[in-house]
Amino acid sequence: MLERALFLAVAIPTAVVAAQGPDATAQPDAPRREVLMHRLLHDCGSCHGMTMKGGLGPPLLPDALADKDSEGLAGIVLEGVPGTPMPPWKTELTQEEALWLVERLKQGLTP
Amino acid sequence: MRWLVVIASLLLPAPLRAESRGTGDLGIVVERADGAVQIVETSSMTTLARVDGLGDLSHAAAVFSRDGRYAFVFGRDGGLSKIDLLDQRVADRIVQAGNSIGGAISSDGRLVAVANYEPGGVKVFDTATLGLVVDIRSTEIGEGKRAKVVGLEDTGGDRFAFSLYDTGDIWTVDLADPAVPVIQRFFDVGDQPYDALVMPDGHYYLAGLFGEDGIVLLDLWDPKARPRRILDGYGRGEEPLPVYKMPHLEGWAAAGDQVVLPAVGRYEVLIVDRRSWEETARIAVHGQPVFAVARPDGRQVWVNFAHPDNGVVQVIDLVTREIVETLEPGAAVLHMEFTPRGEQVWVSARDSNEVVVYDTETFEVLARLPARSPSGIFFTARANRIGY
Repeated sequence: MLERALFLAVAIPTAVVAAQGPDATAQPDAPRREVLMHRLLHDCGSCHGMTMKGGLGPPLLPDALADKDSEGLAGIVLEGVPGTPMPPWKTELTQEEALWLVERLKQGLTP
Repeated sequence: MRWLVVIASLLLPAPLRAESRGTGDLGIVVERADGAVQIVETSSMTTLARVDGLGDLSHAAAVFSRDGRYAFVFGRDGGLSKIDLLDQRVADRIVQAGNSIGGAISSDGRLVAVANYEPGGVKVFDTATLGLVVDIRSTEIGEGKRAKVVGLEDTGGDRFAFSLYDTGDIWTVDLADPAVPVIQRFFDVGDQPYDALVMPDGHYYLAGLFGEDGIVLLDLWDPKARPRRILDGYGRGEEPLPVYKMPHLEGWAAAGDQVVLPAVGRYEVLIVDRRSWEETARIAVHGQPVFAVARPDGRQVWVNFAHPDNGVVQVIDLVTREIVETLEPGAAVLHMEFTPRGEQVWVSARDSNEVVVYDTETFEVLARLPARSPSGIFFTARANRIGY
């Protein structure tokens, strides 16, 4: 019973935020965005290249990602790809953050 | 007359005006995000110059001409840049592929070889002109792609060895006559070789496997030798952890009869006897090791770690096989390089934007040099070592 009460206490504020529209949850705040972009360049860049042209890992340029489902790509980021060097990042990133990173990649990193 | 000389010297560009000097205490620090390198000197621990315009330097590496004057910097984007450490400028630069991962230089200094992911293979260039000498294409793997080349090492003379990530091969090539490359191919020797090293005497080539626990060993002194497996299944029964950064094997420490290897996906380094190739010890360390590099005398091994433990460096005493020091040089430690005799080690802390210099006897910080996202550090003493 106590567990359920706690669950509700947690769930309700989330529902309220979600009700404000997808943007309210989909956007990490500015300092976190800076951290995420740094991680993208340096940690993802170790295998995918700092310009995302690829390396041991495949290219993550807009052309390569355009026809791929963002949710699916975020799932790869979070869960990794077994049998390859792609590790799961779910201990480091939330679903929203993974989606945000996928969208950045789809837009292209260089202006 | 003396005034005329002074005036004339003031008119010369700055680098040429500098007094003549040797290069034995010089090196470069890669500033990966800026496509630049710093030229540094270790005698008084200072930065001499900054050279930029080198492209994508994520995962950049370098080798040196045998006179220690030029650094050949391998960029991620296929760039091969020849840096003049004395004139402090780019002497020559080509973009030789779409995607690359380091290289090697022949013992006579004539040939510089680059490992390419895209298009997969090894290209070998004349160090004097950067003209293409040999183009070795790796195995086709479908969709017009060829296998990615990793772990390219010079193995003495004009010989090189490398591994093919996608097909699990080890190839060797002898370029004594560059017009007639002698290539030996060993197919499918292990799952996903990801990096390799050659022992300092050029006798053995060892390729680390990502796809399985084990190492592939090739005896380069025996022309009939075939690659064989060592440390097979060293992590058997244990679930490996996610690997947030691949270990790097060029720095695999070879110290006397002991070889120290990072265990993939584990918080351990393995110590292996280089006569029997059996594991003799495991040392529990702070995180997943990335580099395990021996001080040139082989007494100590310095280890850095993958994210999220990459703010720490540990020092192992190879005599007692104990961790004697745990240091926190800064955020995101990427690389360590010893001075030629090992009295100092230079450590790059990427997210602290600093290179930290330690005394390897007292572990005191001797200097901190500002650098922008520093990654690889390479000193000219590499010019005199096989496999560096």
